[in-house]
Amino acid sequence: MKKVSGIALALCLVAALLPAQSGRLRLATTTSTENSGLLAVLLPPFEAKTDLKVDVIAVGTGQALRLGEAGDVDVVLVHARELEDRFVAEGYGVNRRDVMHNDFIILGPSSDPAGVRGMKDSAAALKRIADRGAVFVSRGDNSGTHVKEQSLWKAAGLKPSGRWYREAGQGMGPVITMTNDLQSYTLADRGTYLSMKDKVQLRVLVEGDPRLFNPYGIIAVNPDRFPHAAYFEAMQLIAWMTSVEGQQIIGDYKVERELLFFPDAVTE
Amino acid sequence: MLGAFGQAIRLLAAGDREVYFIAWTSLRLSLVSVVIASALSLPLGFLIGLKSFRGKKALIAFLNTLMALPTVVVGLLVYSFISRAGPFGSLGLLFTPAAIHIGQIILCFPLITSLVYSALSRLDRRLPETLITLGARPAEIFRMTIWEGRIAILSALLSGFGRVVGEVGVAMMLGGNIRWYTRTLTTAIALETSKGEFELGLALGLILMAIAFLVNFTLHGVIKHEH
Repeated sequence: MKKVSGIALALCLVAALLPAQSGRLRLATTTSTENSGLLAVLLPPFEAKTDLKVDVIAVGTGQALRLGEAGDVDVVLVHARELEDRFVAEGYGVNRRDVMHNDFIILGPSSDPAGVRGMKDSAAALKRIADRGAVFVSRGDNSGTHVKEQSLWKAAGLKPSGRWYREAGQGMGPVITMTNDLQSYTLADRGTYLSMKDKVQLRVLVEGDPRLFNPYGIIAVNPDRFPHAAYFEAMQLIAWMTSVEGQQIIGDYKVERELLFFPDAVTE
Repeated sequence: MLGAFGQAIRLLAAGDREVYFIAWTSLRLSLVSVVIASALSLPLGFLIGLKSFRGKKALIAFLNTLMALPTVVVGLLVYSFISRAGPFGSLGLLFTPAAIHIGQIILCFPLITSLVYSALSRLDRRLPETLITLGARPAEIFRMTIWEGRIAILSALLSGFGRVVGEVGVAMMLGGNIRWYTRTLTTAIALETSKGEFELGLALGLILMAIAFLVNFTLHGVIKHEH
């Protein structure tokens, strides 16, 4: 019996030692970049060039930054400028670079019961949805999109609550599906919407407000704070994403014949 | 549902490398976890089933309580230990297959132990007693008792396998659903569902069930053959 326990212990140790392999880089990012399929075209050339393997952990912006704050990842690619700046200011991250942007949109049913279609002021549109008591589905998960939504409610001068305001606590994909099922409204990033466009009957009702600008930044985890972090590899990835070649891949990427992201790092 | 069935067959027939890799990851992780857990469960189940000692009832109650643990809670607990911010952070285990193993072992160990113990306690009491009078060493008694209860023990191992191969909390939280690395069938299903690809999600679910069926069928076949 002692022998068996010994073998079990040995197996546990072997299992524990296995992951100590080099050449892996951990990227925490948002579901929008992963689910849109962008990383699937952007990362393989980088991996071929550098012989690194990028492990993508796709979560919300809030959680991605928390993974960075715990030192569990080497680099983050997120979209919530205020949180990013705080992440750097508090010493968790270094060398933040702009990578690309797209925009947020307000989605709703084509019947548009709140009558917000074509409005140019997104905060006013949200206020009208609230005033009419039309159902609005919120991410409610501290993601970049949720942070943006909260800033829009603030701009509209109201605190959303009541039966019409549904906090889903889920990712963008499930929230779009839920909004579609409830024939309601939501704030979404255009990339995720385009990748799901053929599965839902929702329409883009509000777009083009400067407040709906959605920039993505990449930040290396601070090697001074986390000595184990793969800092050089993280900087290589940042270099790749902001290189002429990487930016071109971002700018050329299309889903359903529509551009998803617009490169920001290299200007001509 | 029919569409999902067709898609499952198409995925397998088309020899999609990624689908096979994901299925293999699920199978491999679960099998190894069950083997490691059983190396701990068999001796403990043997002890509880055939020996009497102080605190035995409390231990059984404790094991039964652990069986009710939600997988996300196990995931969260292990996470807090192996995150870089946790006590074992320096091992760098989070988001690796080893992290999934740790969670899975914690999940299936109490279940397997309980089932092994109840299987062995149903065996004829005279077997170990006879072995002792014949002067058998403890290791021999252990081996022969396990052999005698092998069919029930196999069921215990398969229950453990079922518990871990079909769970998503531990695999998602500790493995991170990393493509070509820690993505399992269950986390892939969660991902496809989140993308609104319900049919593909269902198809992957059917593949998972097919794997579970094959494992059960094969192992039962082996035992029946021996019998």
